[in-house]
Amino acid sequence: MIPVALVVAVSFAYLLLLFAVAYWADARSRQGRSVIGNAWVYALSMGVYCTAWTYFGSVGRAAGSGVWFLPIYLGPMLAMILAWMVVRKMIRISRTYRITSIADFIASRYGKSQWLAGLVTLITVVGIIPYIALQLKGVASAFAVLTQPLGGVASPAVPWWQDTTLYVALALAGFTIIFGARHLDSTERHEGMVAAIAVESLVKLVAFLAVGVFVTWGLFHGMQDIFAQADAEPRIRRLLLFGQGQPFPYAQWMGMTLLAMFSVILLPRQFQVMVVENVQEQHLRRAVWVFPTYLLLINVFVLPIAIGGLLYFGDRPFNPETFVLSLPLAEGQTALALLAFVGGLSAATGMVIVEAIAVSTMVCNDLVMPLLLRMRRFSASRSGNLTGLLLTIRRLAILGILLLGYLYFHLAGEAYALVSIGLISFAAVAQFAPAMLGGMYWKGGTRRGAMGGLLLGFALWAYTLMLPSLAKSGWLADDFLQNGLWGLAWLKPEALLGLHGLDNLTHSLFWSLLVNLAAYVGLSLWRPPSAAEASQALLFVDVFHRQAGARPVFWRGKAQVSELRGLMTRFLGAARAEQLLRDYARQTGVADVAQIVPDARLVQFVETQLAGAIGSASARVMVASAVDEEALDLDGVMRILDEASQLRAYSHALEEKSQSLERATAELREANEKLKSLDRLKDDFMSSVTHELRTPLTSIRALSELMHDDPDMDGAQRQQFLDIIVAEAERLSRLVNQVLDMAKIESGQADWHASNVDLRQVLEQSAGSMAETFRERGIRLVLSLPDAVPMVWADADRLTQVVLNLLSNAAKYAPRDTGIVNVHLWADARRVSFEVKDNGPGIPPDQQAMVFEKFRQVAGDQHYRPGGTGLGLPISRQIVEHFGGRLWLTSTPGQGACFGVELPLDARGRGEETH
Amino acid sequence: MFEGLVAQRLAALFVAALLLLNFPLLALWDHDLRVWGLPLFPLALFGIWAALIVAVAWVVERPGSAREPDTTD
Repeated sequence: MIPVALVVAVSFAYLLLLFAVAYWADARSRQGRSVIGNAWVYALSMGVYCTAWTYFGSVGRAAGSGVWFLPIYLGPMLAMILAWMVVRKMIRISRTYRITSIADFIASRYGKSQWLAGLVTLITVVGIIPYIALQLKGVASAFAVLTQPLGGVASPAVPWWQDTTLYVALALAGFTIIFGARHLDSTERHEGMVAAIAVESLVKLVAFLAVGVFVTWGLFHGMQDIFAQADAEPRIRRLLLFGQGQPFPYAQWMGMTLLAMFSVILLPRQFQVMVVENVQEQHLRRAVWVFPTYLLLINVFVLPIAIGGLLYFGDRPFNPETFVLSLPLAEGQTALALLAFVGGLSAATGMVIVEAIAVSTMVCNDLVMPLLLRMRRFSASRSGNLTGLLLTIRRLAILGILLLGYLYFHLAGEAYALVSIGLISFAAVAQFAPAMLGGMYWKGGTRRGAMGGLLLGFALWAYTLMLPSLAKSGWLADDFLQNGLWGLAWLKPEALLGLHGLDNLTHSLFWSLLVNLAAYVGLSLWRPPSAAEASQALLFVDVFHRQAGARPVFWRGKAQVSELRGLMTRFLGAARAEQLLRDYARQTGVADVAQIVPDARLVQFVETQLAGAIGSASARVMVASAVDEEALDLDGVMRILDEASQLRAYSHALEEKSQSLERATAELREANEKLKSLDRLKDDFMSSVTHELRTPLTSIRALSELMHDDPDMDGAQRQQFLDIIVAEAERLSRLVNQVLDMAKIESGQADWHASNVDLRQVLEQSAGSMAETFRERGIRLVLSLPDAVPMVWADADRLTQVVLNLLSNAAKYAPRDTGIVNVHLWADARRVSFEVKDNGPGIPPDQQAMVFEKFRQVAGDQHYRPGGTGLGLPISRQIVEHFGGRLWLTSTPGQGACFGVELPLDARGRGEETH
Repeated sequence: MFEGLVAQRLAALFVAALLLLNFPLLALWDHDLRVWGLPLFPLALFGIWAALIVAVAWVVERPGSAREPDTTD
């Protein structure tokens, strides 16, 4: 037993700590250094799924029926596998259209229907009240366990003003208002709250694990010990069996799993933290596995605590739902018990805060606002700031929700286990599944279908689950439960139409979802959708396929900026309205607010901004009353859509065209560059040729003139001149031949006589014909040839020309008397190669590429030879390349030059092609 | 809905999870056994659960999965 004052003090200290966290996070967010912009915080905030139900109820459930606490956590695992597709789409849609609640989401999808929004809100409020009651019950009973003598019976009835639960409810309401409705947040996001929820998730996990560790290793000797002791007691051992001695109820198992799967995305608080408070879609990537991991961790010790508690307390009447507190208390671990209480408080407050904020937003936007706006006093034509009113409505809604929860706790709470209460709420929100998920993926769903499905599903839920829960608590005559309504047996709530063999939850879930889905699909197909439904369906289902600029705006009419500005001022405040309009002006590229064109896009912008504050349905009504709009029919919607897609197609086509133009321009520029360089080459070539022709011509002419002018020249002199003239004429004709040759090869008109050529033979012949030249100059020519090489497909004469050219080059550059020229031939699997290597001066690296250019001779060439034309190497290279080979040069200055040639063995095809 | 490899892998995992956690595959654990001193059925459920988490983490956190088409829905 712990003093009440201590428990209260610790609770308030903890709540103040949470408030400090929230305050700090809000301050950081205002400075632009958000703490919740983090995938881990996002995943932790999803832990708000674990409430007092998980914290206290799971152990109770496990102590009563073994592993049956688990489907509630396996369902979220299933949902998270698909979350990357489904939840991300919800996030994208909500962000794009500033949707802030599940009621808003559904109403917006089906043509921004106020009636639908109101219905969803109503279902949520009714459905969620048992869940709030569960939290109150959890905290209240935990408080009782801590502050009363251990094992004491429940306190006798006290007057209502002494009831702890009432004060818990009021304290939570006050705290929630401070958290979520302190001021009207124009973005409808609550950074401080998310940070506090993330902290709470950590606290409850740590506290629960601490108790688990204490029970498993403190009270027992590990899990094996607990289960071994359980084996000795048939009553407890039964819990660990597969079907607990009976056939396993698969339908119930699957029903609960699916129920939890839907709930984890459809519960208002989950929608709030997962969709509305999401900072970045990419955070979902981490959350889809961290959140299930969190659930797994918090469940690991449930079974050991439950079994351990049963073993420890034996037959004493302890409520298993408070084992997490009573086990440490029984051992005198006061601090641990307090920690466990704080964990439970975390679980309950986290749920209440987020749920109440989410539901109060819905109540305010979708129930109260539409009613108020119908009154003349608040109608659109009036001015006056309504932001204060909005805030008051939300605060009252929070208080109302908690008081209703308290009421339900008194009506039905005592009779039910925590888990059973929670499941009633789960089944209520599961009714949103057809309208919500159907609306995201099926364009054919209509307002009529959603409305019918929700109404019927909700009615069946109330009849088969909610009313029986009240009847069983004795607040309702349970006659209809036993004998059916009006005594009709087939109307029995827990065996509708005589359906037996299912537990009451699965039974209710089956009937309500079946009728819901059937009505949704059936009524949707009954009548074609209206223009508003069709346009919203397109915007929702195709949200990933349209980029921001390309979204069609389904609106026609006339508007005035001043009217729209007035509307924004009323609901968002003057400063915020001005700021938003300035942003809009900047986006659309006009200088200031006065120049904004009141077109469809502006109307849509204003409506979306208002939707964030008062819900899309109310925003629609408000905007419609402030502007002069044309009614759009289905044809109009289709026309706008066509225009939008045509616009998109046009801009796409334009883009493609400009791209291809750019490509063509680039190609042309390239071709032009090439032509220019070819032109320059031709000019160079011409001047080189004329220069090369002039040198021999000049000497021929000079010598001829000398002989002509001097008839008395002596014979020997004349003979010497004539020799020179003949040599120069020969050089001239060789030059002309080579130029012609080069031109022919380059223009592709050369004659090629390809055949199988033995390179060994070519080298030997060429060496033979050059032998005299080498001998004259005192240069050694060394041939190292293998016995045989494969034939290559080439022109033998042309190859001989190449070899002769290389050999004569080598002969020219090798030093007289000491020169050595090595010729080396080899073959491998794919090519035959040879090298001609001299020991001359070599060629500097920067000039090596030049030797293959026409009329280039190595600069500073001391061996300039009258015989050289500057065309030998270029022609050789052309020849070798014609047969698919390669001619290269390697040289280190001072160590000679080495020309290599390689010819492929499979050149036949290519050689023939160019004939 | 299932464009892109990540989405298809997740869809396959979802089907696998649905099968593993329901009739008749669940009946495979219908044995009164202790494995390392722990009861078989709860152990199997936690085991399947943990394996699914690892598989999902592998699919979504793989380097390169961020480059999937944005239009996956």
